Amino acid sequence: MNPVSLNRRSFIAATIASGAALTFEARLTLARAAAGAGAPALLGAFIHIETDNTFTIEAKNPEIGQGIKTMLPMLIAEELDVSWSQIRILQADTNEKLYGPQFAGGSWATPFNWLPARQAGAAARQMLIAAAAKTWGVEAASLTTEAGMVFHKATGRSTTYAALAPEAVKVAAPDLEKVALKAPEAFRIIGKSQPGVDTPAIVRGAPLFGIDTRLPGMIYASMVKCPVQGGTIKSFSDSVLRKERGVVAVVPVSSGEVAAGKQDAVLIVADSWWRAHKLRDKLSVEWDSAAQAGFSTASYAKQAAALLGAAPQTSLFKAGRADAALARAAKTVTADYSYPFLSHATLEPQNCTALWHADGKLEMWAPSQTPGDGVKDIAKLMGIAPEAITVHMTRIGGGFGRRLMNDYMVMAAQAAKAVPGRPVQLIFDRTDDLRNDYYRPGGWHRLTAGIDASGAMIALKDHFVTFGADGKASRASEMNAHEFPGPVIADVDFGVSFIATNLQTGWLRAPTSNAMAFVFQGFMSEVAEAAGLDLPELMRRTLGGPKMLPRAEEGEPEFDTGRARGVIDAVCKFASWTGKPSSVKGKGRGFGFYFSHRGYFAEVVDITVSDSSAVKVDKVWVAGDIGAHVINPLNAQHQMQGAAIDGIAQGLVWQPIVQENGAVTQENFSDFPLMRIEMAPDDVAITWVITDNPPTGLGEPALPPVIPAIANAIHDATGKRLRSLPLQLT
Amino acid sequence: MPITLTVNRAKRVVEADADKPLLWVLREDLSLVGTKFGCGAGLCGACTVLIDGEAVRACQTPIAEAAGKSIVTIEDVASLPVGKKVVAAWVALDVPQCGYCQAGQIMSATALLSRTPKPSADDITAGMSGNICRCATYLRIRKAILEAAGLEAAGEAA
Repeated sequence: MNPVSLNRRSFIAATIASGAALTFEARLTLARAAAGAGAPALLGAFIHIETDNTFTIEAKNPEIGQGIKTMLPMLIAEELDVSWSQIRILQADTNEKLYGPQFAGGSWATPFNWLPARQAGAAARQMLIAAAAKTWGVEAASLTTEAGMVFHKATGRSTTYAALAPEAVKVAAPDLEKVALKAPEAFRIIGKSQPGVDTPAIVRGAPLFGIDTRLPGMIYASMVKCPVQGGTIKSFSDSVLRKERGVVAVVPVSSGEVAAGKQDAVLIVADSWWRAHKLRDKLSVEWDSAAQAGFSTASYAKQAAALLGAAPQTSLFKAGRADAALARAAKTVTADYSYPFLSHATLEPQNCTALWHADGKLEMWAPSQTPGDGVKDIAKLMGIAPEAITVHMTRIGGGFGRRLMNDYMVMAAQAAKAVPGRPVQLIFDRTDDLRNDYYRPGGWHRLTAGIDASGAMIALKDHFVTFGADGKASRASEMNAHEFPGPVIADVDFGVSFIATNLQTGWLRAPTSNAMAFVFQGFMSEVAEAAGLDLPELMRRTLGGPKMLPRAEEGEPEFDTGRARGVIDAVCKFASWTGKPSSVKGKGRGFGFYFSHRGYFAEVVDITVSDSSAVKVDKVWVAGDIGAHVINPLNAQHQMQGAAIDGIAQGLVWQPIVQENGAVTQENFSDFPLMRIEMAPDDVAITWVITDNPPTGLGEPALPPVIPAIANAIHDATGKRLRSLPLQLT
Repeated sequence: MPITLTVNRAKRVVEADADKPLLWVLREDLSLVGTKFGCGAGLCGACTVLIDGEAVRACQTPIAEAAGKSIVTIEDVASLPVGKKVVAAWVALDVPQCGYCQAGQIMSATALLSRTPKPSADDITAGMSGNICRCATYLRIRKAILEAAGLEAAGEAA
């Protein structure tokens, strides 16, 4: 793991250990009286009580289409005990000291906020009740609430939260840990479908997204970046360019070593982005990229083949003696699996708007999944205090992990400094976006399993060839030492070898899991076939009785084999899985299971293979266990559809990123095609397995199992094992 | 040079180069930012607008070509009877996820239903294939078009 990865994980682990609730407690002390008549009263940072007894709730996290801007306020509104129709939602600015962690990643928002957000709402309600008790001279315990009103049933008195707010803000903030929360049976909002709060604004084309930011006097920046990642500026000539109409500035930017990685580029700042973009060929830049020229997709494949033929460079996990166990196995199965680099390809290209104020303060409008990290990068690079940087969070036109990195923020900040007092909007074009990604890294696996006479897996080896240097995997290139089924097999040997690359690697929706699910569930399907079983049955036998397996990493829960078994059984029942081979020509059915991001998912896909060997997924059946509550069922369904179809895209549609002479060659959606409507299945059917566990997030965990399910369905339909992504029969 | 455009029922005079794409005129000169930049090559459909009722990629349309024609963008599509139904169906089914592509989807769906009021499943695929949704809201897009057309279940459309 590289330092960036470690830092991120340590941060998450530390946040969990210390309890996110602490930051909420600090926030409640901010409760203050209305500044004047007619102004809303604030109960903590999240809740504004308006004088007409409506409520503004601040949504603290970046919205990338995962529905968090709707969901977090649902939690607060539930415990505040107001009606959803009384709510207005306001996007908060970046201020992690005030709001707590503000990022969109790892499907963390639900587990992070499930308790603290409800506690914030419940604490405010308790303060309002205390105010009513004092006003009426009655016991707080004799009061009830509903829809923004407090009631004293014994005397028939009632009043609004708005009427109580001036008194409530004087009440000492209660201990969040001791605040009474509703019993789930009393939930009026949690568990009820709520449409996206921004949907009405989206359908009328309102300016919501980062790229829609419009400010007086705003100018635009287009980027000229070295075609080779990691290349630096040797020299550039802008004398011709500067004479062109509309050009305001030509700004070389270099980020040095920040978390987003070294980013060198020349930005053309003009009165129109279209003009700046058109003028790019008037700028001549000499790049220094000799050190990166040798990196190519072909060389990676060649190196991987050579490395797989030798012993692993390092050991990841060893238990027992795998070679000896394989030697005594009744049968062995060996197979090689691989997957390519992928780009995130968010539909809203990377962009950021920045304004360098006369007093040296920096104001930004950033579509970032981790705006706080962007602030740290900029503060480090530009030598300014983080407190001098204000970041407004815009709605984001797709994240998928791309916007966990803040290269566009770092570059926009430098452009803004060059044109102080004028807001500047940096926009990547599609080619910039495809060639300057933090790619899902490719990888190769050589797997060997041994089964005994009863068909049980007794030994497992994997040699994983991934990207990295000095014995350490690059960002998002690592593998879980406890990858299933390793922990339940006595004799295991996981080893790793590394290939160097100049490309920045990064987290793509369900990072590592989107690849490992394909590799391990695809391979286990082969083992099942050798054992005369279907994959669900091999999984049941391998999982065994309910037990906890080691956690993938610090801060993550353990792997509960009982919950895994629960979703496997549920999807088999839901899809009427028989395990019998397909009897219809061109039709196939496949299964896949994966546990990631705290969610357990088992999926079945039905496919049709045409006479021309094109594969179409007809239907996806999903069984998921994300704990005791599905907070917003409508959005949960959206996330399931999106994750399943994104998985289909990774399995069948997306083309690999191809690198030649150090440079990524993809230009646009012509050579990096995305999933279109004709490839979408007819249906994604969902069943939830409700278990007594804290609810967790849905952005990611439904994606990984669909990929091996498709590979296994292709085997069912055609008898062919496809072991390399994307899955192509011809 | 000044170019006169009819955008959303209003005459607008724009001082811009004749080869400037309509997309950037809308976004930069008229502050109509609902029409989105996705690929700049006519491949994703995010910039779809209606010109004289036809769905057109604004990123591939120099404004000189749009002069004198009637341009409708997402900001005013609900003023069209079909557009109003499409927008209502989009809200009823809560189609958007991130929402970035949805302006283009709504414009293409409006054009589709304007020329084919009762579309088959194949008509929907053909009419919407040019619009990418990276969040994959395709199942709801299909349903919303059927709802806007007064065809309820997917089965009835075939």
